[in-house]
Amino acid sequence: MANPLSVSVVSADHQIWAGEASMVVAKTVEGEIGILAGHEPLLAILAAGEVRVNTTSGERLIARADDGFLSVENDTVTIVARDAELIS
Amino acid sequence: MGAQLRGYRSKIKSAQTTKKITRAMELISASRIQKAQQRVAASAPYSKAITRAVSAVATYSNVDHPLTSEREKLDTAAIVIFTSDRGLAGAFSSSILKEAEQLAELLRSEGKKVVYYLVGRKAVGYFSFRKRDSVKAWTGSTDQPVFETAKEIGDAVVEAYNLDDQEGGVDEIHLVYNRFVSMVSQVPEVVRLLPLEIVEGDAPEASSSDVYPLYEFEPDAETVLDALLPIYVESRIWNAMLQSAAAEHAARQKAMKSASDNADNLIRDYTRLANNARQSEITQQISEIVGGADALASAK
Repeated sequence: MANPLSVSVVSADHQIWAGEASMVVAKTVEGEIGILAGHEPLLAILAAGEVRVNTTSGERLIARADDGFLSVENDTVTIVARDAELIS
Repeated sequence: MGAQLRGYRSKIKSAQTTKKITRAMELISASRIQKAQQRVAASAPYSKAITRAVSAVATYSNVDHPLTSEREKLDTAAIVIFTSDRGLAGAFSSSILKEAEQLAELLRSEGKKVVYYLVGRKAVGYFSFRKRDSVKAWTGSTDQPVFETAKEIGDAVVEAYNLDDQEGGVDEIHLVYNRFVSMVSQVPEVVRLLPLEIVEGDAPEASSSDVYPLYEFEPDAETVLDALLPIYVESRIWNAMLQSAAAEHAARQKAMKSASDNADNLIRDYTRLANNARQSEITQQISEIVGGADALASAK
């Protein structure tokens, strides 16, 4: 994979996490979606559930993002939720 | 001790105790400005992301959403007024209330009915003193706002906006709040929240230069916009609350600083007067003694 995704997880009062990742897996209202580099621009509403981020350093990050949405453009992924939270 | 001197001393004492209070409040506000400013900065990524997303949907879909479209007949306008809970902040609340009155005047001259939503005890006090009605009021956390309040306000105004005129709905929503410009300057700001003018204020860099990519919407553009717009409204209100909180602390710090300086001046002036009074008392006593001694000597 050439370019890593640059990911940020944002809640109402602060940015929770920002960094580079190889893959993001989220649950939208239509089902689970996995995002790799080069994904087409997307705006999706998230369903209640977890967002998994595989960072470039090989770590695995899990965040809770209820009532949020996800936007993808130019390998930039933004996960926005009113109250998002890092679980691990 | 002469009556005059005693009067001056008690005035000095009272100025000193007042100064202690104002100095303490000044220091408290000074330390809270920092925090409030950080909160404003911390909420920026959220509102930026939302503004961007909303702009993207609005540009690339032909969805005609009730929240974005201007209504043909504008009968009722709502004003949300953000004041503080406590006073002692200079003209902070009064300038906002004045601004709101002007806006209300303008809207009435356009033939609209005006209803109010109030935030902060000062606004509630202002309205109840004048026996005027407000639709809803929130008090208790203006200096350290919590997001739940923003959500409540957002829900309330969006709900009112979606109602029909007959059921007490509104066609326009304006926000009046203090914007934090710097430590010494807070500017009353009036923005129209609904119907939305999406490409504005918050994200000039997003609106002017870059072109939004062609988005795929999931499930579809309409649903996405439906979900996004209330969040956008909320984030605008949240931003207004945070700005207002930072401005409140800055205004209070400034007001308390000038109060402390004033107390310093008063103490200095009264100390001089008291010294004067004491000195003249002593002079008088000496001349009385000398006069008395002279009289005794000449009586011999």
